Amino acid sequence: MRPKPRSAPLTALILTLLLAGCAARPVLQDGITINDPFEAQNRRVHAFNKALDAQVIGPVARLVAGRDDGPTAPGEAGQPRPVDLVINMGANLSLPGKIVNSLLQGQPGPAARNMFRLAINSTLGIAGMFDPAGSDFGLTETDTDFGQTLAVWGLPEGAYVELPLLGPSTARDTAGKVVDVLIDPLGQVLDRRERMLALGLRIGSKAGERARFGDTVDSVLQDSADSYAQTRLIYLMHRRYDVGEEDAGFDPYDDPYGAPVAETGPVAP
Amino acid sequence: MTTPMAPRSPKPDPSRPDPRIGRRAVLALIAGGAGLVAMRPALALGGAQAQAFIQRAVDDVYAVINSGQAPAAMYRQFEAILARYGDVDVVARTVLGPAARQVSAAQFASYKAAFQGYIGRKYGKRFREFVGGRIEVGGARAVKSYVVVDSVAYLSGRAPMKVEWHVSDRSGRVSFFNLIIEGVNMLASERAEMAAMLARRKGDVAALTADLQRAG
Repeated sequence: MRPKPRSAPLTALILTLLLAGCAARPVLQDGITINDPFEAQNRRVHAFNKALDAQVIGPVARLVAGRDDGPTAPGEAGQPRPVDLVINMGANLSLPGKIVNSLLQGQPGPAARNMFRLAINSTLGIAGMFDPAGSDFGLTETDTDFGQTLAVWGLPEGAYVELPLLGPSTARDTAGKVVDVLIDPLGQVLDRRERMLALGLRIGSKAGERARFGDTVDSVLQDSADSYAQTRLIYLMHRRYDVGEEDAGFDPYDDPYGAPVAETGPVAP
Repeated sequence: MTTPMAPRSPKPDPSRPDPRIGRRAVLALIAGGAGLVAMRPALALGGAQAQAFIQRAVDDVYAVINSGQAPAAMYRQFEAILARYGDVDVVARTVLGPAARQVSAAQFASYKAAFQGYIGRKYGKRFREFVGGRIEVGGARAVKSYVVVDSVAYLSGRAPMKVEWHVSDRSGRVSFFNLIIEGVNMLASERAEMAAMLARRKGDVAALTADLQRAG
């Protein structure tokens, strides 16, 4: 099915709105550039996301993972558990979109790898439940999305935004998420019912990942003195690393005290 | 040093028999320059030396991970490894920020001890996820005034992660002072955390120290 004709102007509108945030002055905090003109609004969304995670997503994820204690590694003898199968299937369904993006970035290598991955895991891996491509053929997934494509095309990162449910993002990555839904080849070949099933699997996959990395997520969200600032910093650093826009590292021996940390405005609890 | 992995190091010049000699020469040159300009003792930290140093640290970490001890005992051992291989003084100072300049030596020492325990517990919890995995130490390269040692962490059930170790001997002792895990800079992250913890205590380092003894 083709995307609805309404979608294109809608995307353009969201893009314009979000990129308007680029005009604000970014600050340099601990050697990391932070452009957060919507901080007050973002903090409200963060409080909502955090509460939702603590009361719904976290407990459900723990339930799904069926873990009582200890790290959520896959089964002791390398036996995948049901949650791992869901994670794998969701990840497999996201491959067509990643292939398209690699091609849009002029990266035929990763596109080919993900294409072989898709072929192997959809067949030998039984509809993507298992990952023989990664474990037996050394074809690990190359993760990419339209946000990265926009970065490759030279679009600036834009303002930091925390999205309800979806979590930390930037103007560029938010626009990328919208476009990713529209250009996903899966959306073109599946019918309505299949699309709902695919969507369900991908949401399940995300929830499974939340369970798998539950301790790390808990530690950032629940144990940080300012979980909003930590989430923002970790997201920006990791994302810039992914798209090849890393901030320069710093040498504390040049000045052990570094730049003043208090220059960045209010730090709410 | 299992597989020589240096994805981002410069390509070896075929006319040069051993690229490491060139790298070491460049390092020595940078080090010499830094010594002249800032009147610091000249550095002699080479890539191979930094690489071997990190390999030892990784081996020690894995010995603890695979020892199967109780978590509390493991955290104490991670803390000891951090004290042995890391430059806790410069990390604690950098993370505290300008407040480090205002406190007394005794106050800083107790903050530093609390900080070391906090890091041992906080990262020790993360290390438990490394059970059954492995870390392969790759190549080393000079960046600015320090050496970056690349490594890849292979954890069961997830994509390999790139972990960078920043190593320096500018304190007079070879030690690592930063870890970059998939782009996430630990020093920057802990600086932000400490700034928030200190703001909560309205700048009171003694109160922060008490909080750190329980945190992590």
